[in-house]
Amino acid sequence: MKKSKLVLVGNGMAGVRTVEELLKLAPDLYDITVFGAEPHGNYNRILLSPVLAGEMKLPEIMLNDLDWYRDNGITLHAGKKVEKIDRIRRKVIAADGTEEPYDRLLLATGSVPFMPPIPGRDLPGVLAYRDIADTEAMIEAAQAHRRAVVIGGGLLGLEAANGLKQRGMEVTVVHLADWLMERQLDKVAAGMLQASLEARGLAFLLGKQTEALVQGESGRVCSVRMKDGLEIPADLVVVAAGIRPNTQLAEAAGLHCSRGIVVNDTLQTFDPRIYAVGECVAHRGVAYGLVAPLFEQGKVAANHLANYGIARYGGSSVSTKLKVTGIDVFSAGDFTGNERTEEIVLHDRSGGVYKKLVIENERLVGAVLYGDTADSAWYFQLMRDGKDIRDIRDHLMFGQNHIGDVGHQGKSNAAALPDDFEVCGCNGVCKGTIVKAIKEKGLFSLDDVRKHTKASSSCGSCTGLVEQILASTVGGAYQAAESKTKPLCGCTDHTHEEVRRAIRAQRLLSIAEAMRFMEWRTPDGCATCRPALNYYLISTWPHEAKDDPQSRFINERAHANIQKDGSYSVVPRMWGGLTTPDELRRIANVAEKYAIPTVKVTGGQRIDLLGIRKADLPGVWADLGMPSGHAYGKSIRTVKTCVGSEHCRFGTQKSMSMGVDLEKMLYGMWSPHKVKLAVSGCPRNCAEAGIKDVGVIGVDSGWELYVAGNGGIKTEVAQFLCKVKTREEAMEVTAAFLQLYREEGWYLERTVHYVQRVGLDHVKQAVVEDLEKRRALHARLLFALKDYEDPWAAAVEKPLVRREFEPLEV
Amino acid sequence: MSSVVAEKHAATIDGWRTICALEDIPRLGSRVVQSTAGDIAVFRTADDAVFALHDRCPHKGGPLSQGIVHGRQVTCPLHGWKTRLDDGNAVAPDVGCTKPFAVKVEDGLVLLKI
Repeated sequence: MKKSKLVLVGNGMAGVRTVEELLKLAPDLYDITVFGAEPHGNYNRILLSPVLAGEMKLPEIMLNDLDWYRDNGITLHAGKKVEKIDRIRRKVIAADGTEEPYDRLLLATGSVPFMPPIPGRDLPGVLAYRDIADTEAMIEAAQAHRRAVVIGGGLLGLEAANGLKQRGMEVTVVHLADWLMERQLDKVAAGMLQASLEARGLAFLLGKQTEALVQGESGRVCSVRMKDGLEIPADLVVVAAGIRPNTQLAEAAGLHCSRGIVVNDTLQTFDPRIYAVGECVAHRGVAYGLVAPLFEQGKVAANHLANYGIARYGGSSVSTKLKVTGIDVFSAGDFTGNERTEEIVLHDRSGGVYKKLVIENERLVGAVLYGDTADSAWYFQLMRDGKDIRDIRDHLMFGQNHIGDVGHQGKSNAAALPDDFEVCGCNGVCKGTIVKAIKEKGLFSLDDVRKHTKASSSCGSCTGLVEQILASTVGGAYQAAESKTKPLCGCTDHTHEEVRRAIRAQRLLSIAEAMRFMEWRTPDGCATCRPALNYYLISTWPHEAKDDPQSRFINERAHANIQKDGSYSVVPRMWGGLTTPDELRRIANVAEKYAIPTVKVTGGQRIDLLGIRKADLPGVWADLGMPSGHAYGKSIRTVKTCVGSEHCRFGTQKSMSMGVDLEKMLYGMWSPHKVKLAVSGCPRNCAEAGIKDVGVIGVDSGWELYVAGNGGIKTEVAQFLCKVKTREEAMEVTAAFLQLYREEGWYLERTVHYVQRVGLDHVKQAVVEDLEKRRALHARLLFALKDYEDPWAAAVEKPLVRREFEPLEV
Repeated sequence: MSSVVAEKHAATIDGWRTICALEDIPRLGSRVVQSTAGDIAVFRTADDAVFALHDRCPHKGGPLSQGIVHGRQVTCPLHGWKTRLDDGNAVAPDVGCTKPFAVKVEDGLVLLKI
């Protein structure tokens, strides 16, 4: 069958991204032809400012070079401007007479700079700022001339002014409004921005309207005259007074346009064969000028071009970042506010920090940040998710502080860091390496950066910093992943929440069934989704769903911790951290018999035997005769205890026996992530219960329970859950909380992040206030854990399990 | 080791050696063959195809045999690099290669060429 023909008009970021998305979904559906007015491949337009500033070179900002078009069988007409669409004969005609017929047409004609009707705007030396040609013209002018005037103090104008200044020109910015970037910033933030740009040597004339551009004797522009009579000399004038959707071609073809080519939620125009994406489009009355929404549109358009027909574009919320090196500005949403909104403001003028948060109906609707934009991604996410901020109102201003405490010298602000600063302490990745990868490889998302640089891909402590670097490098193109709609992994579009729901509602009992029902894209998933699915199945349908060892990470398959040299470590269980002379003797004997090189006491009050060959594991377990300590699992790890009233002169409760009882109750519990408990016998809290998933503290009149603490990457103090009188109640509440987490947590989500997501009130309601719910949760946990078989004993006894540990010989 | 394998254990025809029965390798799993050429990981995919690679991740030498097998790839247990089972190349954007070995299944037996 002959392939359908797709023609793309506009070889820019939106159009080509749509084609890329289409090729992912349906690589062989179309013969594709691309027209571009510029004589290049597709380049990263948002990086023109760094090129102008001399920080990058043109070849570095190419996203798709000519080879890409050839490799994908795409015909590229570069440098050919399409002049006409013949909708009746279904073909496009370029200025040079080239004709291409189409079955479907994709318009991505972008925008054109708005040129106000000022006399003299056609003079030599007057430029707009839009494409490579403009940028090159500016660079050239900067070499021959001295004085530049930029008309327009918006995002683009300031980036142009900064670039020209870097190139050594004297630059004055003339702006109509009373403050800079008035569409993105309030007066205070704009004032601070202006001050720091002035400190770099830029001059500003605000509240000034340009009357005319004056011609000099050479024929070139020589000055700019204002309405109030002021005249300033200029050898170069850059007009950056905004952009307008480029609808000329579409309008001439009779397509309905209204401040953009009008499209519906599938990005289809009024002609069903014609789609449109990017800056040329008006969707629900809005034309977007930033890259992130264009990528979202591209994804939807590609879905429909591929005949999938299931995606919908519902509009985007946008945020702005200024790409001027060393200056951190962020704005999003309704930052001016109205009579229904209220504001939280922090203003430290000499510290150079200003933050304004605009709140309506207990929801964050807008934000302006200057100087400290560390939390911009978090604020933006709160806005997009429409999250109720009642619970976090008191510390909202101080940010999520989700940057870890360790691994990057305590820095939380990326813009001011030097290039050789080590951002990711796990993988040794410096800021410069990240910036370089983002620019050269055309990366736009956190996942991309993780894949290419490995930064933030191990412990995640530096994620906040990497997000900032990404945001300040690509500006408005960066969009934090929407947590609510983020797919579980690349094998599916479903979120963790949706997957959990489907497994429950459809009574899915195996990974194969789950993948089939949810239409997984890969035949057997990947190393991210399989362990998650396996956990969701066995936690939702205990004793019914089949546990799949091949979908578990090696540690949980081998019941020991893999080490860097491929050997394993073994931690036998010592309930509550208690042991006996007999156990210690056996441990000592095993260590000698198997020549175990390292014996170490762990942070969880256990003994770790490190450096064991895999083939020796069953022998080690048999000789130890102790149950598995699960130090390797997303599971109950340890219950740490202090001595308590059994011996301690300060103790008020029997913390050791409480710890032993809790640990025995929870033995064999798999969970979304590891779970650690601690029990202290008095408020001196020697067991460090304040940084545990569940911390139990004995007081004279009963027990205090704390949840969702964490002592790792980011120290999180556990929050008070409730106080109970009896040990039975303490056990029941602990079990109920952990079962709630098991049922609602997302795979690899620690309790602290789970509670942050659902809110402590939700947890309290289910496990403290509603007694019936608490008992039901408790009962469900006990049911799930009954008849749990010690995995070490099983490996010792069953030949089929033992096979895992036996090498083959030749 | 099953008896049928034991019989053919020493059989080497044109350098092919019988290492085990196909059933001795779990689906989406692997076994390690200890040889003079070092450890070799022999993988079995969901559709019963069998592949063999030098048991060293091109990244930091992690034992690929201990990874999770999916499609025609294995994810290393140490740092999550993905390696292609058919030719031993790391999956982009990572770059590197581990040595592949010829392996085939005949009459339910897995034969490896070392």
